[in-house]
Amino acid sequence: MSAVLHDMLTAILVLAGAAMCLAAGIGLIRFPDVLSRLHAATKPQIFGLMTVTADVAINNFSVGTVTLVVAIVVFQALTAPMAAHLVGRAAYETEHLRPDLLIVDELRDRRAAR
Amino acid sequence: MTTPRERLEAVGNQIPPLIALIVLWMLLWGEFSWLNLLVGLVVGIVVTVAFYLVPVQLSGRLHPLDAVVFFVRLILDIVRASIDVSWLAVKPRLVTSNAILAIRLRTRSDLILTWTAVATSIVPGSIVVDIDRESSILYLHVLNMQSARDIESFRRRVLAAERRIVRGFGSREDVERLRGVRPVDRRAQRMNGKEPS
Repeated sequence: MSAVLHDMLTAILVLAGAAMCLAAGIGLIRFPDVLSRLHAATKPQIFGLMTVTADVAINNFSVGTVTLVVAIVVFQALTAPMAAHLVGRAAYETEHLRPDLLIVDELRDRRAAR
Repeated sequence: MTTPRERLEAVGNQIPPLIALIVLWMLLWGEFSWLNLLVGLVVGIVVTVAFYLVPVQLSGRLHPLDAVVFFVRLILDIVRASIDVSWLAVKPRLVTSNAILAIRLRTRSDLILTWTAVATSIVPGSIVVDIDRESSILYLHVLNMQSARDIESFRRRVLAAERRIVRGFGSREDVERLRGVRPVDRRAQRMNGKEPS
């Protein structure tokens, strides 16, 4: 019973991770401009990574793997927003964005007011 | 000219990052032994001296329970928003309507500002485009904002995340600011939307 439960948990975690990566890939193609593509590229992937590494930690349960998994997730969580920010900012500054997709742009408003 | 007291404080401010580096070293090796602690300490000191960072003003206050609340809530947010963004990517009729919002935070601390920026941009659906450090304003690109109501609820979510961070790690002064200025906050929130300058 416990083995079945174990397999089910493994399957759920790995499949969830795979589904997130797939959705990220699809979003990367379907979303229309740089800034919205960044969302698809950086974010669902973090959750995907969390589930896949959680599965690794469950299957090889030892102090070493758990700590390594924690380190991987923390670093991914710290670096992905930075990368997204840098690309997003570069895209905004060089006007690689489609203003027609924005319902509000308070950054432009703020700069115009200056 | 630095007084001994200031020098002591500067050294004291380096200690939490140093501890974090030692913990990281041990995490990477996957074992907690005295040898690892010692080597981690040496490597940590070398890294802190060689890659000197601008000293960060730590708040010196930590509320463990509120910190746990913050992390649990953050993970729940990541899960929920990941599913939202994934659904948005695969759903048959794609309507993109985004927004770049200016959100004025109440904190005056660089550390809390950074934490809030990281915490909001790790949750799928928002990316930090720019930060105005002087007036603590985050400019966020937000996915899938259809109406003014979506925008309002997003603003509230970011401010709530800031509140959780301040409760967990913020200085006493920031906590007071959250508590004391709440009536004014509402007005600031409303002004957030259409403030000209």
